[in-house]
Amino acid sequence: MIHLVVLCCAVILLVLILLCLYRVISGPSVLDRILGGNVIGTHATVILLLIGILYNNLAMFVDIALAYALLNFIATIGSTKYLLRSKRVFLDSRDDKN
Amino acid sequence: MPALISLFLIAGVLFFVIAVIGILRLPDFYTRMHAASKCDTLGLMLILVAIILYTLQDITLANLLTSIKLLAILVFVFVASPTAAHSITESALINGVKPWTREDRSP
Repeated sequence: MIHLVVLCCAVILLVLILLCLYRVISGPSVLDRILGGNVIGTHATVILLLIGILYNNLAMFVDIALAYALLNFIATIGSTKYLLRSKRVFLDSRDDKN
Repeated sequence: MPALISLFLIAGVLFFVIAVIGILRLPDFYTRMHAASKCDTLGLMLILVAIILYTLQDITLANLLTSIKLLAILVFVFVASPTAAHSITESALINGVKPWTREDRSP
């Protein structure tokens, strides 16, 4: 019974990841893409834990999810610090064509 | 106990749905950031509470260790996700992203 609810939640989260991918691909600025990647990483952490429940092997998937949360945070901080340092960043994709 | 776990799971997924609707529909970078960061943090914390309750249904030493790790993920996300949101918004503000005003209606 609880496994059915967990499976439905995991499928809904996969659909949400696909919807977030639209913002990553066609976001107007670079920071929108970073924001979409951050949200996708959060959803992937949750999906890893739900997969651990579905396979009755949560003790292994918890470690993977913890590492994934750490990597997601470090990637976001690193990319935003890089964009903060470099002044030659094209924030608007319309400026690329000029 | 399964009803409580299902309630927390569905509430968390509902907050994720609200976050993704906000990311797709809102007109500006700052408003999208506002929708994404708060709803994402709350949704992930609710789902982690549900998984901790699921783990603690039968208390053994291994399950207790797993729930402590899950609690570590929860505390880390509670600290790290607003920090990441603050960093992205600070970068946008310094690089000069214009906020949305009432004049430009086009999304």
